[in-house]
Amino acid sequence: MTQNGSGETQPPLLEVNDLKVEFDTYGGTVQAVRGVSFSIEGGQTLAIVGESGCGKSVTVQTLMGLVPMPPGRLKSGTATLRGENILGQTQIGGKDFRGSEIGMIFQDPMTSLNPTMTIGRQIAETLEVHRGWSRKKSLARAVELLEMARIPEAAQRAKQYPFEFSGGMLQRAMIAMAIACEPAILIADEPTTALDVTIQAQVLDLMQDLQRDRGTAIILITHDLGVVARMADEVAVMYAGQIVERGSVDDIFYRPAHPYTVGLRAAMPSNNPAAEHRLLPIEGSPPDLFSPPVGCAYAARCPHAMRVCNTHDPAPFAVGKGHFGKCWLHHERVPGGAQRIVSAIAGATTGDVVQPASANQGDAR
Amino acid sequence: MNTGKPLVMADGLTKYFPLPKGKKVHAVDGVDLTIYEREIVGLVGESGSGKTTFGKTIIGLLPKSGGTVSYRGETLPQRYKPADFRRQAQVMQMIFQDPYSSLNPRMTVGEIVGEGLKLHAGLSRNDTRDKVADWLTKVGLEPDYMSRYPHEFSGGQRQRIGIARALILEPEFVVCDEPISALDVSVQAQVVNLLEELQGSMGLTLLFIAHDLSMVRYISDRMAVMYLGALAEIGPAKDVFFNPKHPYTEILIASNPEPDPETERQRLSTTIAGEIPSPVDIPAGCRFAGRCPHAMERCRVETPQLLPLPENTDRQVACHLFA
Repeated sequence: MTQNGSGETQPPLLEVNDLKVEFDTYGGTVQAVRGVSFSIEGGQTLAIVGESGCGKSVTVQTLMGLVPMPPGRLKSGTATLRGENILGQTQIGGKDFRGSEIGMIFQDPMTSLNPTMTIGRQIAETLEVHRGWSRKKSLARAVELLEMARIPEAAQRAKQYPFEFSGGMLQRAMIAMAIACEPAILIADEPTTALDVTIQAQVLDLMQDLQRDRGTAIILITHDLGVVARMADEVAVMYAGQIVERGSVDDIFYRPAHPYTVGLRAAMPSNNPAAEHRLLPIEGSPPDLFSPPVGCAYAARCPHAMRVCNTHDPAPFAVGKGHFGKCWLHHERVPGGAQRIVSAIAGATTGDVVQPASANQGDAR
Repeated sequence: MNTGKPLVMADGLTKYFPLPKGKKVHAVDGVDLTIYEREIVGLVGESGSGKTTFGKTIIGLLPKSGGTVSYRGETLPQRYKPADFRRQAQVMQMIFQDPYSSLNPRMTVGEIVGEGLKLHAGLSRNDTRDKVADWLTKVGLEPDYMSRYPHEFSGGQRQRIGIARALILEPEFVVCDEPISALDVSVQAQVVNLLEELQGSMGLTLLFIAHDLSMVRYISDRMAVMYLGALAEIGPAKDVFFNPKHPYTEILIASNPEPDPETERQRLSTTIAGEIPSPVDIPAGCRFAGRCPHAMERCRVETPQLLPLPENTDRQVACHLFA
């Protein structure tokens, strides 16, 4: 499915370029996604990290054609699956690619499954629609898929309704449904946020095993840096509708190139006893996307903000192979800027950063 | 660590919820827990383990099915009457999980935060107003937010309103029920730091209920692990986190993903099969035996008691492996 390397010129499995999505509301136009570009190859896991409202879900929902338009509006951008455009359409070559080429797992399994259909039928339906299989054949495959998703007594379970499943089992059933047609890409939108850590570990393990067996590409949307560290090969950090940093998982954790990435990390407790530090919250709150700032969107909360940050949006500066940070500190006219980015966390880990206690806690200021 | 005086003491605290046909949900099943003055006790466990019910029962929001709770040595009533609520509300308060549903959308922030004062303190209108303004400032909000309604605020701001409401009567003991789990990472840190500061400046005693193990380890003095209505383990938070004894604690902590790719690559798969059993039919013997990798014959028959470890009496574990 996802064989690469046969030809140098083969287009990436999925490539998204300068995606911009807006929503018209009574209060004005929200610029939810403001120029997002990324690509992913088979067998890779790309994690898209960010806080609520940063546009990570809207990005993937746009790819899947799940954003209602109107009120949504595609302002610009392209997205191609193996070189074929998928934006604004649901079919490639007369076949619906959603479900067959790209599978999706949603955050809340309780509300994303049909409560009036048995689990088995819901999975089988995918196969009937995309593969044209008979009811019986599809149902038999659904049971196999549930087994693959480690649902005990799959044959009996397939006859049950969603309310008879626990949250962890529903999420696994949803994975079974998403992989029914062996998609090349699996998009998982906060797949474990509603689950306990032990169940989260089961679901993440399952996703990793499936990826190993089938070479599926995974786009994992999450706000949990622990899940990112565990699952991702590549990471895109989103803030206010833009990717502010992109790199390998090691780049993001060990050589962060954007103050927001550093800030997120410093706001979490470290369980490394040598690196114990007081939590350093990111003061303030994300900008209003009705009228995003002209300069860097993070400038108002950034401890390193310079004059230029308020007036000019920084370009993505390449800082390593496949690693960029969208921050003026990487500009050649800011000597030592890159060191300044990591200094906050370096200071925090040695414990010598003294925060002005409660001086400005207000997330509205 | 346990140098303070015992403040709140749960002794065999039990809470059942009745079901049809004489069955019942054993939400909290005989929990002994002493919380000392000025300490922060973190309570962790999976959803359905009874953490929230324990918190609500210990401060009297739910009547007890069995056992007792005493406060400064005085035994509290089994079921609160209005007078008990009036009295206890001045010393015990709760901060709720969901900052969206726990604030009345038809009351202004000033009314929400000031309601406790109106009921308990008997202050004049102006004094109430001043105090509310003072508290809004203390939790990092503007005093003139008083006339606004909850829907005008972000999740982090609402949680600050909830904190102001709980603390304005200057209670001694506060149950924080998952106060940060609905919030974004950067905002979580703001709220945790605020709670820590207020805890220090007011000398509060906190029961901090959460499922985020790293955050509980960070903020708590002691950490208690709950499983299916009973305590599996309790001890100094760092010890429990870095050196778990009970097999359940061990698995819980091993499942907690660390924000460090190197650690994660070295992690052995520790996935535990199965899920938390139904609290309706509690298995005989150890509650965890069905999922425990070390379960012995004895575990399926005899319920382990929460006993101090011989080498470290600060730590108590309910497991036959250590008895």
